[in-house]
Amino acid sequence: MPEITREEVAHLARLARLALDEAELDVLAGQLDVILGAVAQIAEVTDAADVPPTSHAVPLENVTRPDVVVASLPRDAALAGAPAAEEGRFRVPRILDEE
Amino acid sequence: MTTTSTVPTVPYDEALQEFEPVIGLETHVELGTASKMFCGCDTAFGAEPNTHTCPVCLGLPGALPVVNATAIESTIRIGLALHCDIASWCRFARKNYFYPDMPKNFQTSQYDEPLCTDGYLDVVVAGETVRIPIERVHLEEDTGKSLHVGGATGRIHGADHSLVDYNRAGIPLVEIVTKPVTGTGAMPAEVAKAYVAELRDVLRGLGVSDVKMEQGSLRCDVNVSLNRPGEEWGTRSETKNVNSLRSVERAVRSEVERQAHRLRNGERIVQETRHFHEDTGMSTSGRSKEEATDYRYFPEPDLVPIAPDPAWVAELKAALPEAPSVRRRKLVAELGLSDNDSAAMVNAGVLDVVLATVEAGASAAEARNWWLGHLAQKANERGTEAVELPVTPEQVARVIALVGEGTLTAGLARQVLDGVLAGEGEPDEVVAARGLAVVSDEGALTTAVDEAIAADPDAAEKVRAGKVAAAGALVGKVMKATRGQADASVVRRLVLERLGVTEG
Amino acid sequence: MTDLTRLTAAETAAAVKDRSVSAVEVAQAHLDRIAAVDDRVHAFLHVDADGALAQAKRVDDGELTGPLAGVPLALKDILTQEGIPTTAGSKILEGWRPPYDATVTARLKAAGVVILGKTNMDEFAMGSSTEHSAYGPTHNPWDLDRIPGGSGGGSSAALASYQAPLAIGTDTGGSIRQPASVTGTVGVKPTYGGVSRYGLIAFSSSLDQAGPCARTVLDAALLHEVIAGHDARDSTSIDAPVPPVVEAALSRDVRGLRIGVVKELSGEGYEPGVQARFDEAVEVLRGLGATVTEVSCPHFVYALPAYYLIAPSEASSNLARFDSVRYGLRVGDDGERSLEEVMALTRAQGFGPEVKRRIILGTYALSSGYYDAYYGQAQKVRTLITRDFQAAWEKVDVLVAPTAPTVAFPLGAKLADPLAMYRQDVASIPANLYGGPAASFPAGLSEGLPVGLQVMAPTLRDDLLYRVGGALELALPPAVPPLAWETA
Repeated sequence: MPEITREEVAHLARLARLALDEAELDVLAGQLDVILGAVAQIAEVTDAADVPPTSHAVPLENVTRPDVVVASLPRDAALAGAPAAEEGRFRVPRILDEE
Repeated sequence: MTTTSTVPTVPYDEALQEFEPVIGLETHVELGTASKMFCGCDTAFGAEPNTHTCPVCLGLPGALPVVNATAIESTIRIGLALHCDIASWCRFARKNYFYPDMPKNFQTSQYDEPLCTDGYLDVVVAGETVRIPIERVHLEEDTGKSLHVGGATGRIHGADHSLVDYNRAGIPLVEIVTKPVTGTGAMPAEVAKAYVAELRDVLRGLGVSDVKMEQGSLRCDVNVSLNRPGEEWGTRSETKNVNSLRSVERAVRSEVERQAHRLRNGERIVQETRHFHEDTGMSTSGRSKEEATDYRYFPEPDLVPIAPDPAWVAELKAALPEAPSVRRRKLVAELGLSDNDSAAMVNAGVLDVVLATVEAGASAAEARNWWLGHLAQKANERGTEAVELPVTPEQVARVIALVGEGTLTAGLARQVLDGVLAGEGEPDEVVAARGLAVVSDEGALTTAVDEAIAADPDAAEKVRAGKVAAAGALVGKVMKATRGQADASVVRRLVLERLGVTEG
Repeated sequence: MTDLTRLTAAETAAAVKDRSVSAVEVAQAHLDRIAAVDDRVHAFLHVDADGALAQAKRVDDGELTGPLAGVPLALKDILTQEGIPTTAGSKILEGWRPPYDATVTARLKAAGVVILGKTNMDEFAMGSSTEHSAYGPTHNPWDLDRIPGGSGGGSSAALASYQAPLAIGTDTGGSIRQPASVTGTVGVKPTYGGVSRYGLIAFSSSLDQAGPCARTVLDAALLHEVIAGHDARDSTSIDAPVPPVVEAALSRDVRGLRIGVVKELSGEGYEPGVQARFDEAVEVLRGLGATVTEVSCPHFVYALPAYYLIAPSEASSNLARFDSVRYGLRVGDDGERSLEEVMALTRAQGFGPEVKRRIILGTYALSSGYYDAYYGQAQKVRTLITRDFQAAWEKVDVLVAPTAPTVAFPLGAKLADPLAMYRQDVASIPANLYGGPAASFPAGLSEGLPVGLQVMAPTLRDDLLYRVGGALELALPPAVPPLAWETA
């Protein structure tokens, strides 16, 4: 079933915010094809089986916490790992997209 | 100023004679919980940047979310108030896309398993009840805020860099989505506005949010499409950032006008996101949905399913407050308001605040007069609606009470309300800070009256001679001398007494 | 004088407790050992000598007590430790010092365990050889030219080279068990939800599980008890008593235990030497009074492909947060480039090839149009595998299989072929998809290299693993690594 093109990998890389170079795109396209070819065999069994999907390994439900305020991090600690900070905020380069 | 005024349009009424509108509204409401959706950080508005953050809401490696129980309860209550079915089992999902305001670069939201589905909300427009069908109510988390630095406008375009504050990231956010609303005829904009206003009243009544549009705790995306009668629905646009009641109406209106012109000229409507600008009342084209982001939703593995106990849901349902529409009908009847009166208040969108003012202790007539009079005028000056002014029904009722007990005159009361609107605090604080209480000490007033008589012997003589009308000049002097803080009728009585005249 | 690095954790704790040795001496002996051998093994990415000695002193001062107080431990670099560099083996987190402790870390500290440092691993736990670490590979102490397993090769190598008696690993598809297998040590993946994931840098959230690694079964059980138990910060944490693992380890008794040998986890792809040692170990267990039957789990053959859809999908989302904004690396911020460009450059340069491969694979498997065919189907396989386990529990108490299909392979042998590397996990993945506990115990040598026996048990029956492991350890004493390179 799979037939991954270089263009598809480039699209995926954009979705995943990865600036892959031309060589990487080529290598990944080939590898993804092989990997997806190998994993496609699951269709053999799931196509035939009418079973619900499992998203969680534990049968837990309704795990919540009470609406109680607990102390936040000191701001210095919150910002300590930032590549750049200014005026108590995280500084980032200019943003192109509007969401 | 109106940079978008060059967009050609067809007048609203004319457009709606030719086309049928279909509207849809997505409303985001920040819940008024004490702590965030998935961590214990404080939700208080206006804190110093990044002081309400922790490993969870900063998306630090290794941190995990835990659901706020009150947020679940509030969402279910909203769903119940909107006559929705409550899911017996549902999951959170990750909505994956990159944005710097969003710490994990996915939003924890709900996808195909919302907590509440398939409800409705009735609204009254021009005396007619319109039923707005609700598709879903689901729970998610808000994003942080960016400050754009270096550009001319503070907007994202042209900025040199941006500064991000994550205090709002992770605040519980409820999204309420209508089904497509058809049959609004000549009034899609009015219906849209009435829906948001009614929804806001419902939310306020539930006490789940402070529903302040100006602070962004309630905001709308508005979908509009047009089609010719008998044809399929048209392509829709989605206008984002619609953050006041007035803007909801304007956003629908301007889209109807814009789309009608394109359709009339055989141009197609692009399925797109448009951004609404409060300053111009117009929207501009944003991202085209035809190259839409692929959000790659999947069930959130870090959170387990939510399965509300039906008995608990039934308890919540039984404990819901009266719907605003029901409360409104009751109060209108109790107060004996005429149909004309209540219609006028509905049209101005102030019926609920008037009733709330009455509930806070004011008379119906006084409440009506203040909201339709001075406050309506102030709202008009600000280009907003009376209900969106930063004054509460309780504060208005307090001002009315101060007039009733003689502490304020009507003129002083206006000044007090202006002080409240200017953010000077509660009415009593404004009275104290501005020194606005009525001067009721007759001794002090008598001195002022005597000074006025001495300063204008001509007027005094005329009054003594029986020309009572001349007393007005003396009263005016006293009022000026007391900076409006005296009761004019008391001053007049004192003037006449001092001059030995009795009114016949 | 006793070489303090050769003691078990239980012996060390006892010696510290009766003050025949101080915790500071124990810590110093291990720090010295690290200084002497780790330039060749490369088990550690960061050694926190000051922190370790300070913690040891608190134990000596009587401030901290407990069954493992004063025992040194190597912490996999995927768990946060406040103020200590934490990289998850990635360049993208180079220099990051977390402002908080993982729950596992906090429990270790509170128990008086002495954390020596952070151990090497495949980047974000993606790998079976530790060769995908951005900081260079770890070497197997049994043969320095071979892999120590992965992703937790640093932890297993630290144990096998006596740099620490205890270590913490994490297991998403076998990252505790396979390294244990190829280094002749004990590694336990507890029941999913048994040990808090708070502070465990997520690879695949629905599969990740932290667990104990040690040289003996009892040591692993003692460590298990310290780190396990409900944590309100992790929504998937199970609120139930910790299974009686120490008691089980001490029982060393498998009489009457019904053991099922998984039919599908043998044969083609399993090295003859591995299969032979495994078969012999099963016979040992039979000889100790266990009943042994063969059990078919027909869907286990689909576990590997399902895993390679689920884990990369979740990883593609979990790793989105590494975006150069709040922490970690930032590349190309020259004042001209946009944030979007800087993010994409940072991620392209900060992630290694295996991580990028899996992000792309996961992005593909989740994208609209493919979700149902890939991620959705893989979750159905998960259901089928769970049903296989549940059917097995009707007949047997535990399942056994070789932990890994091969002994430690030479460094570089599988780097060019991702699928060959992925097949290392073929026997360990079913337990992750199911969520039940599983462990690897030493089962002898093949051509001078360790082989592991894997035991899988029902959810929350972690104690059964230790019963089997304890009995096997007594009957089949683990081989001791020759460490010939030390004197060479």
